Amino acid sequence: MNVRSQVSMVFHLDKCIGCHTCSVACKNIWTDRKGAEYMWFNNVETKPGTGYPTKWEDQEKYKGGWESNGNGKLDIKSTSRTKIIPNIFHNPHMPSMDDYYEPWTYDYQNLFNAPEGSDQPTAEPISMIDGEKIDVQSGPNWDDDLGGSPIYAENDPNLEGLTEQQKLQLSSVERLVFFYLPRICNHCLNPCCVASCPSGALYKRGEDGIVLIDQKKCRAWRSCVAACPYKKTYFNWFTGKSEKCLLCFPRLETGQAPACFHSCVGRIRYLGVLLYDADRIEEIAKLPDDELVEGHRSMILDPFDPEVIANAKRSGISDGVIESAQRSPVYQFVVKWKIALPPHIEYRTLPMLFYVPPMSPVQASKPEDTIHHASEDLFHDIDASRVPMKFFANLFGAGHEGVVRYALRKQKAVRWHRRAETVGDVDRATADRMLHEANCTREEAEEIYKLTSLCTFEDRFVIPPMHREQAIEMMKEPHEHRTETGFGFVGGPQRGL
Amino acid sequence: MSQHFLDQFLFVALPYVCLFTFFLMTVYRYRMQSFSYSSLSSQFLENKHHFWAVVPFHYGILVVTAGHMIAFLIPRTILAWNSHPLRLYVLEVSALAFGLLTLVGLIGVVVRRFSNTKIKNVTTPTDWILFVMLLLQTISGISVALFHPWGSAWFASNLSPYLWSIFKLNPDVSYVAAMPHLVKFHIVLAFLTIGFFPFTRLVHVLVIPNPYLWRKPQVVRWYGRRG
Ligand code: HEM
Ligand code: SF4
Ligand code: SF4
Repeated sequence: MNVRSQVSMVFHLDKCIGCHTCSVACKNIWTDRKGAEYMWFNNVETKPGTGYPTKWEDQEKYKGGWESNGNGKLDIKSTSRTKIIPNIFHNPHMPSMDDYYEPWTYDYQNLFNAPEGSDQPTAEPISMIDGEKIDVQSGPNWDDDLGGSPIYAENDPNLEGLTEQQKLQLSSVERLVFFYLPRICNHCLNPCCVASCPSGALYKRGEDGIVLIDQKKCRAWRSCVAACPYKKTYFNWFTGKSEKCLLCFPRLETGQAPACFHSCVGRIRYLGVLLYDADRIEEIAKLPDDELVEGHRSMILDPFDPEVIANAKRSGISDGVIESAQRSPVYQFVVKWKIALPPHIEYRTLPMLFYVPPMSPVQASKPEDTIHHASEDLFHDIDASRVPMKFFANLFGAGHEGVVRYALRKQKAVRWHRRAETVGDVDRATADRMLHEANCTREEAEEIYKLTSLCTFEDRFVIPPMHREQAIEMMKEPHEHRTETGFGFVGGPQRGL
Repeated sequence: MSQHFLDQFLFVALPYVCLFTFFLMTVYRYRMQSFSYSSLSSQFLENKHHFWAVVPFHYGILVVTAGHMIAFLIPRTILAWNSHPLRLYVLEVSALAFGLLTLVGLIGVVVRRFSNTKIKNVTTPTDWILFVMLLLQTISGISVALFHPWGSAWFASNLSPYLWSIFKLNPDVSYVAAMPHLVKFHIVLAFLTIGFFPFTRLVHVLVIPNPYLWRKPQVVRWYGRRG
């Protein structure tokens, strides 16, 4: 057992209101710069929809993630080791700006400088790349709230395998349904981005598992951009370096939650440490599709188990981190309650951001003038949800419905339980039967309810001790260290000559 | 007499200045400005014509450069190979073919940068100067191949000793003094390009990734605990 700690995340989709506050918080801190205008380390997508970059989940097109090469090994789909040599000059699967959008601003100067005329001057959109006038065709959230639309929603790659009727159910106007999917880098355990970099510029931090790009080692070979199946590494067209979400590590190191977590209006985000067995990464990444979700979960170790604690200490994990892992909200959602699931685990990067799938309204039809609901129950049967189970399964279960149904059932049971407790219009026996069917006890339902609805900052973000300054002092003479700091980076990060 | 001084200047002083600049500045830039070492790819901004420009150019230039290096390093082997006329023809024709491939690619690179406003916007004056130098170098190289054939033979017998004399710090210009003007031009421009090298995007050639094929797929960096 090789215990490592990982700062992990849960996004509770049932709570996301699609306000994009997270995206804006991140943008203001990290990507409001030349060359990074088009980057959204955090973006929020409407599902069903095509997302950002357009249809990123279509791996026929983007070739992201891992694939089995037939003799029991995993290969990077875009450029495996041997394929990178002839393809280093031109990466065949590199997305281009057209797949994202061309960032633009407005020609405000024209409002002041326009010659006198009979019309009001206007501020026309101009490209932020070359300053030319552009006809804006798409943006980072072009399909925002357009669930049900023929060009966007109908092209969602997750619709694969849905029956015609289920697709219809998602897209006809009176029965429309959609939900939001906020996305950041998943800080994966088997990151394709890291494995693909010819220069070894990407790395995972040993202590907390944050995946970063060494800006001084990146040489713009762009392999990581093509390799990440979630399209969460971005190429800075100005500096000639790739960039990605850094989980706000400078904030984490000072005990603050990442900006997108901190600012989240719906309070959907949870952050905490998970301990896992690093010896099993390869074995788990190779499992057949239907065993992936459970296999991935089985890598995560019980932070209360004395054997795990002993092994963790042997691997140099400090008591503070172990204690933090014991209080981790992520552990509760993912391992204990099993209601948070990894996105597209079939890409085999073993993401460490988990999603609680959202509830959706009951199916409805409109045979005549009035809308007819498939079920009159306030908390309808999960399989009568408007978002078909298969759709969730494609997103969160590698195509298999079992794990998703389990998560949704439990959420529904918690609602019945609370309804019985507080409102009283549901009888206790029915609520208990629902809990039983969902493999949930009353105590567990209470815990889920509390962490979902009544959670404070401290409940949501259990940040492990990772003060780097202190970590240095523990290992080094401060006087010795002081003389070394600050050397090396002479001159700002400027674009190559 | 003035011809003698010119030769001394072009084939002794200039090479040393350029080589010195090359070694000093690449190291200096790598240590002080390692952020600026990048291939500065433009594929993200323009992906339709990218392949047809960058790929032929690189395959061409890499083979041609490798050819020059081999003739410089192991001239006797080349001469031995060329002792058979058919083998000489094969070598000359393929060298010319890769030269033309370089030219086609390079023209593609320049046209692409010129015609697309987005990439033009990220092209610096240094880039333009470099492209002109590379174009002239490629064209003069191809012309040498056409007008002064069997370069693979006379490079190995005459130029290789000259280059060695430079590196052995005992310069001997007698080999080059007798060369035609076109060849002299090619040599001088080559040294100028080497001297200009550390100030351009060409530094990406020095940081081509090598340990990738051997290293473990996943890279983990520990802050203090392990290596
Ligand atoms: C040995 C290996 C080499 C590798 C791996 C390599 C790789 C690359 C890459 C990835 C790019 C960026 C292309 C893009 O996406 O726009 C590039 C551009 C370029 N390389 Fe190389 N290169 C090599 C050797 C050379 C050599 C020997 C030369 C010339 C003497 C050269 C000259 C250039 C030039 C001029 C560009 C700019 C092309 C453009 O305008 O797009 N490279 N190289
Ligand atoms: S999501 Fe995973 S593969 Fe993509 S950039 Fe993040 S760590 Fe790398
Ligand atoms: S801030 Fe929170 S609620 Fe708002 S879109 Fe982002 S994740 Fe959803």
